[in-house]
Amino acid sequence: MIAVLIVTATAGWQLYSKGLSLGLDLQGGMHLVLEVDDPEGTMTLEAKSDMIDRVQRIIGTRIDEFGVVEPLIQKVGRDRLIVELAGLGGEEERAKEIVQRNAFLEFKLVLPLVDMTAALPRIDRAIVAALGVDSIRALGRDVVVAEQPEIVGLIFGNADSTSADSTGVSDTTIAEEEDDPETNLQPFSSLLNQGDIEGTYLIAVEDVPVAELFLAMDEVTRAFPRDETLQWGSDIVGRGARNYQYLYVLSEEAFLTGDLLNDATAGRDPQFNQSQVQFELSRAGGRLFSQFTGQHVGDYLAIVLDGNVMSAPVIRDRIGARGQIEMGAGTPLEEAADLALVLRAGALPAPIVIIEERTVGPSLGQDSIDQGRVAGMVGMFLVVIIMMTYYRMAGVLAVAALGVYSVLVLGGLAGLGANLTVPGIAGLILSVGMAVDANVLIFERIREELTAGRATRTAVDEGFANAMSAIVDANITTLITAVILYQFGTSAVKGFAVTLSIGIAASFFSALFVTRTFFLVYIQGKKASDPISI
Amino acid sequence: MRLFESAQYKFIEARRKAYVISGIALLATFAAMAFNIVSIGSWLNYGVDFTGGSLVQVRFDVEANDASVRAALGGADSPPVTRFGDENEFVIRAPIVEGQTINEVAADIEAQLAAAFGAGSFDIVRQELVGAKVGNELQLKALYAILFSFVLTLMYLAIRFELRFGMAAVIATMHDILLTLGFLALFRFEIALPTVAAILTILGYSLNDTIVVFDRIREHLHEKGARKRDPIDLVNQSINETLPRTILTSGTTLAVLIALLVLGGVVIRDFTIVLILGVIIGTYSSIFVASPALIEIQNRYGLGKSGEKKPKPQPATV
Repeated sequence: MIAVLIVTATAGWQLYSKGLSLGLDLQGGMHLVLEVDDPEGTMTLEAKSDMIDRVQRIIGTRIDEFGVVEPLIQKVGRDRLIVELAGLGGEEERAKEIVQRNAFLEFKLVLPLVDMTAALPRIDRAIVAALGVDSIRALGRDVVVAEQPEIVGLIFGNADSTSADSTGVSDTTIAEEEDDPETNLQPFSSLLNQGDIEGTYLIAVEDVPVAELFLAMDEVTRAFPRDETLQWGSDIVGRGARNYQYLYVLSEEAFLTGDLLNDATAGRDPQFNQSQVQFELSRAGGRLFSQFTGQHVGDYLAIVLDGNVMSAPVIRDRIGARGQIEMGAGTPLEEAADLALVLRAGALPAPIVIIEERTVGPSLGQDSIDQGRVAGMVGMFLVVIIMMTYYRMAGVLAVAALGVYSVLVLGGLAGLGANLTVPGIAGLILSVGMAVDANVLIFERIREELTAGRATRTAVDEGFANAMSAIVDANITTLITAVILYQFGTSAVKGFAVTLSIGIAASFFSALFVTRTFFLVYIQGKKASDPISI
Repeated sequence: MRLFESAQYKFIEARRKAYVISGIALLATFAAMAFNIVSIGSWLNYGVDFTGGSLVQVRFDVEANDASVRAALGGADSPPVTRFGDENEFVIRAPIVEGQTINEVAADIEAQLAAAFGAGSFDIVRQELVGAKVGNELQLKALYAILFSFVLTLMYLAIRFELRFGMAAVIATMHDILLTLGFLALFRFEIALPTVAAILTILGYSLNDTIVVFDRIREHLHEKGARKRDPIDLVNQSINETLPRTILTSGTTLAVLIALLVLGGVVIRDFTIVLILGVIIGTYSSIFVASPALIEIQNRYGLGKSGEKKPKPQPATV
């Protein structure tokens, strides 16, 4: 009894806390299968597999940017990638474009803040001029100088906002046009905090969307200092109680692009036990790189993928065609492997094509869910009626056991993070059938034993014991089928196999333990000759 | 309440009638498949999941019918258009032309519809595009999965029961799958991924039903004096004893499925029809195909001890 309660409670908790997510065919969303385009079949499987890894990394970053809840980006087999995005709400085309776009890797120089900071008042004014004061107020960015005199301050950890500020921004900003409050609005510069890495600002994550909005405006980019630009870092960092994202000040021109990069591998420096990435450039790339790094020893080099700064190591020395990026002591190898993947992503040897696409509009999905829910409830209701009519009290016990079964299956699915799809429902129906069947088998046996004149308690025990072999064999053969389907199947068939497997396990447990427990409670205290309602 | 209590039907004696019924059904199956090969070029009406191609489902806000949608898509050259359920929705299936990307096909259809019905007068509610290569792989994979599961089931039943039980169960399951495929071929049901799941469900259901009957036969075989009994009598007794369970389980499953069919909406309608059919065939076959097959195997090859076939027919003793 206790075991039954514990298991049920666990499953129920899983269901409650995680919720059951619906598959794309029911919920609406987009399912894409991508493959390396290789019509001549000249690439090896290893090469394709490596490419898929890189594409997975790129798409992962891009989708994060897109803000889809729980995207699935999964490599299947060795040369395919599945991308599943739920609830896009009409943005399917854009999502597809994002997935298919070629990765663009650039190397840029990180610049000191001085010029950019000096340009901030100009940028603020450009925003005010373009959007108008009212819409800036609507965005909640109507910060005026007087309200927040110290715009740029150090924020990480300490509350000391008066820390050294070599750029002298504050003076510049305040000095200009103090008499006109309209033009003293600081929609943009008030978002910025000086970063702890050279050439960066830190922006609180909650301010990032507004900042992105401003940065996308032509008026803003035109107000940047000559040959300078602002680009986001990819990581989110915690400073004190808040999370921030870096905004890098970079040279507008890239001095090197990904097509000049031949290879990059992650490794460990045995001497210092340090993770590192070794990269190799083409000859042309090596010449460019050597010349550039020679001039910029001590500066920071931004590695920019699709417009996001993935890393910004310092240039220690002149580097030719071969170089290495040291990740710092204690950095895990995975991080180095990830950076190597980013570097190689910029130089994909072949395009990626969508070989399968399914888009289900949210409206179709919602109809299916509503109808499916009603149908499912009516179906379950019918089962309850049939079982109670046929087996009376025992039927009630079976229905209670089926209730436990339902919680177990749905909780199991939620716990595994599986999605409920149309094929999944098929698996569920089969397993409900088997759960009912197990109860029916047991009850029929008990009836037979009672007819044969056995005492109540003996009949119940014998009934369970005799029905066991049929239940075990039937469940195991079905489980064998489910496992094979999982092995061979594509995603749809896998959905079927997963629900079926969980369903079988739950039905087995519910019939043999739950029904039995309920039954024992029911016949407890009954004498051998007392009739039972079955 | 009790149904079929102490039933005494002579199922096995009626097996020849069942053979005729199954035989006719199988003939119809093959005829339908052959006819399909001639008329539509493949033995089943494979959907885009298997053949590759595009499927665009459109919901119109304005009045539309098959003919007007076809006219919008180029009249006589229009890809096949079918109404989806009872609503103002249509499914358009276009093959992918060599050199054209799958995205272009969908955009093309959208543009043509917008020209005829006006942009904004319709919604694309579903859009599926499958490359031809994926489709072919899928057919093979499904086939391998089913074959492999037959082999393992056979092995499991050979260990837990005897080889002949496994063989009989596989024969019955194959029978069910073939008849279901025949039904799909006859009515030109579109074969999509959920259809595959439905067929697999039938496989599981049929096997389950058969095993319950076989379990009872096995039990009676272990009783004293079983070897002297008439095997036909023994099998009949087993079927009759499990009959209440068979009817109740099938009935309950059918009740759920009928609820899904009536209320479940268009998306799962085809799928539910296939399942209902499968449950009926599966129940029929566990009584009229699996058990007779067991008797036939034994009549022909003898008892067979744990998998060894004896060449000389022996007196029938299940």
